[in-house]
Amino acid sequence: MSVTDPAPSSELSGGVVRHEVEAVNAAGTRTLYKAREPIYPKRVKGAFRNLKWIIMALTLGVYYITPWIRWPRGPGEPDQAVLADFAGRRFYFFFIEIWPDQLYFLTGVLIIAALSLFLATALFGRIWCGYSCPQTVWTDLYVWVERKIEGDRNARMKLAKAPWTADKIRKRVSKHVIWILIGMATGGAWILYFHDAPSLARDFFRGDAPFTSYFFFALLTLTTYIFAGSMREQVCTYMCPWPRIQAALTDEETLEVTYKVDRGEPRGAHKKGDTWDGRGDCVSCRACVISCPMGIDIRDGAQLECINCALCIDACDDIMKKVGRPTGLIAYDTDANIARRQAGEKPTVKLLRPRTILYGSVLAFVCALMIYGLSTQATMVVNVLRDRTPPFILMSDGSIRNAYTVKIVNRENYTRDLKITVEGPDGMVVGAVGEKAEGATVTLDAPGDTVRSVRIFATMPPGAAHGASIPVIVRVLDPDTGEEVLNPTVFMAGRE
Amino acid sequence: MSDKEIDETTGVETTGHSWDDIRELNNPLPRWWLIVWYISIVWAIGYWVVMPSWPGISGYLKGTRNHSERANVEVAVAELDAQRADATRRLLTAPNMQAIENDPDLQAFALAAGESLFGDNCATCHGAGGQGFKGYPNLNDDDWLWGGKLEDIRQTIRYGIRSDHAEAHLSLMQAYGAGGLLPRETVDDLVHYVRSLSGQEHDEAAAMRAAPVFQVQCVQCHGAEGKGDQSQGAPNLTDPIWLYGGDAMTIRETLWNGRGGVMPTWEGRLSEEEILALAVYVHSLGGGE
Repeated sequence: MSVTDPAPSSELSGGVVRHEVEAVNAAGTRTLYKAREPIYPKRVKGAFRNLKWIIMALTLGVYYITPWIRWPRGPGEPDQAVLADFAGRRFYFFFIEIWPDQLYFLTGVLIIAALSLFLATALFGRIWCGYSCPQTVWTDLYVWVERKIEGDRNARMKLAKAPWTADKIRKRVSKHVIWILIGMATGGAWILYFHDAPSLARDFFRGDAPFTSYFFFALLTLTTYIFAGSMREQVCTYMCPWPRIQAALTDEETLEVTYKVDRGEPRGAHKKGDTWDGRGDCVSCRACVISCPMGIDIRDGAQLECINCALCIDACDDIMKKVGRPTGLIAYDTDANIARRQAGEKPTVKLLRPRTILYGSVLAFVCALMIYGLSTQATMVVNVLRDRTPPFILMSDGSIRNAYTVKIVNRENYTRDLKITVEGPDGMVVGAVGEKAEGATVTLDAPGDTVRSVRIFATMPPGAAHGASIPVIVRVLDPDTGEEVLNPTVFMAGRE
Repeated sequence: MSDKEIDETTGVETTGHSWDDIRELNNPLPRWWLIVWYISIVWAIGYWVVMPSWPGISGYLKGTRNHSERANVEVAVAELDAQRADATRRLLTAPNMQAIENDPDLQAFALAAGESLFGDNCATCHGAGGQGFKGYPNLNDDDWLWGGKLEDIRQTIRYGIRSDHAEAHLSLMQAYGAGGLLPRETVDDLVHYVRSLSGQEHDEAAAMRAAPVFQVQCVQCHGAEGKGDQSQGAPNLTDPIWLYGGDAMTIRETLWNGRGGVMPTWEGRLSEEEILALAVYVHSLGGGE
C-alpha cells in the first residue's frame, strides 16, 4: 500500500484527481491476521454526509442531555425523566416506572430493539452501523476533531511520516487531549443515568460520588478514547458480532451501498474528449477508496467490513458530476437489480418481501404486547407463602390453624387500606397479629411504594376440617379502587 | 533428549511426546500471557509489602497498610450497633412489652432481630418455625406450660427451665413408678384415668380405680380437673396437645420415669434487648396470650 498519493494527473476529464492507492483492507490483499494499518479517510461532501452530521447531532444530543430532563413524579420519588435507580431498585422512563419483578419489560425492549434491527437490516442493510451505532458516531466525531487539527487525508499522512517537530507534538497533543475530553464527557454522561444528575454532578467534582460512578466514568472514558481514537474499524470488523449476523438477514433484494458493476465496468482513466462508448463509467479515480472509513474498496462488492455509511456514494457522485456522467454509480441498490439490468430488465425495489413482512409483523406484535402490558400493569402484586414449619398447628381446643405470609407490593405512592379474605370452608376464622379482623377478613393498610409483609392465621373449628389439604383462595381487595388479586393456596388440616 | 525433533509442516520443535502418533509442538507461550505472568509476580511482591502475608513464629508480617479483617469486622459491628442504638434504646425503655407490639416500627425491629436470633439460638430444639419436637414445645400453638404472655415468655427465655440459674422454673414431674411412689398396677390404672381426661379411648374400670389416686397424688400440680397450672409448669391434661405424646405407652413412660426437660438460661448469653426481641418474636408466632 502506498502511503502518499502520487501527483495528480491534470489530463483527466473534469479535473478529476486520480489516486494511485490500493484500499487498506482491499478484498484481494486481505489476510486473517495482520497488524492494523492506519486509515486516513478523506473528507466528503454530499447528501449522505449531511444526513450523518444530523444524526450525529441528534444521537449525541439525546445521549448528553437526557439525564438532565426533569419529570416531576410527586413526593418521595425522583424527578429525573430517565433513571436506572439501582439503590432504590426502580427504573424510571418518563411516565413508566418499572419494579424489579417487571424486568420482563426490559426483555421486551431488547426484543423490540433486535427485531427493529432485523427489519432495518433486511430493508436497507447495515444502516444501524453506518449512521447510528455509537462506535460509528463517536469515531466520526473523533475523525472530525483529527481533521480540524491535523488537516485532511494528505496532510495527515504527511504528518504521520514527519519527524517529531514542535508543530507535530503540538498537533498530536491537542488532538489527544480533545479526544480524552470527549471521552470524559461520554463517561460523565453515562453515570448520570444511574443517579440524580444534578446532585451526582456536584458530588462528582467534590469527590463524594460513589466508587462505581468514578469506575464507570473511567471505564467509558477509556473505551471511548481507545475504540474511537485508535481501534475504530477494528472494533466493527473483529469485535462486533453484527457483521457476521447481517449475512443471515440480508438477501439479494436488500438495498445496500452497491457499486453498479453493470454500469461501471470496464473501468479505466478517462481523458478529456475521449468517448464514453464501449467503456464503463468508473474512471478509476479511487475517490470511493480514500473516503472509506473502513479502508475497503466498495467495487469489490458486498463485504463484511462495509458498514453502509454511504460516504463513498457522496464521493463518487461528486466525481460523476465533474466528468459529466449521471450520479449514482455507487448507490443504495440491490444485487437483484444489477442482474436485472444486465438482463435488460427494469430495476425495481421490493420492500415487501416474505422476510420483511415476517420481521415487521413480529415486531408489531411484540410492540402491541408491550403497550398492552404497560397500560394494564397491576398497581398491586400479592404473593402468598404458606408456612411449612409446621404445616398446620393443633390448638388446645382442637381447632386447626394454618399460617400464611402475605407479601403485598403497593406500586401506588399512597397508603391503601386493603382487605385480605381467605375464601375457604364455612367456619374459617382469619386473624393477624395487631390487625383488625372480622370473620374470614383482615383489614390492614399497605404504605405506598413499598412491600408490606404480614402473617395471617386461618383457623378451622374442631372437627370441621380433617385429613385433607383444602383448596382456599387468598383474596386481597382494595375497596377504594376495586382492584383485587386472587391467590390460590391450600389449607392443611391434618396428617392422616 | 539431545536431538531436537522438528515438525516438518510447521518447522517448530516438538516436545518429543507422542500419543497415537500425534506429537505436541513446543510453541513458546503467548507473549501477552508471559507479560501478564511477569506482572503478577511483581504484583505479588508488592502485595507482600503492603498486605499481611508471611507467617512468623509469634505472629505474622502485618504489611504497611496494617490491614486486618478482624478489626474491620469489629468496626462494622460497632457501626451496626450505632445504627441500631436508637431502636435498641427505645426497646429497652419501653414502659411494658405490650407497648413494643403496639408501636409498628419498634415491633418490626424486634421481629426482624427476633427472627434471626431464633434461627441462631432456638431453632436447634424448637425447630426453624418454632414447630417443636417431642419434648420440645411447639411455640405456634396456644398451649403454654409456663405462660404465653409476653412477660411470661421473656421470663422463660431469660432464666430457662430447670437450668442452673437461681431464678429458673424448677418443678418437675416425679418418677412415680421408678421412684417407688406408686405400685405398678396403680400406675397402669392412672394411664387410663389420664387418657379419660382428654376424651381418649380408655378402660373405664381402671380409670375409676385410679381417680382417687389422681386426686391425692396429682391435683397439687395438675389441678382437680387436670387442667394444669402454669405457675408450676404443669401441662393441661384435658386438651389434645401433648409434649411427649398422648398415647398409652408414652403416658405410662411419663408416669413411671417422670419428666424434667431442660431449657438453658439465656441471661448472660443474650443481651437484655435480644431477649426482649426474641420474646416479641415468639409471641408473634401466633399462639401468644
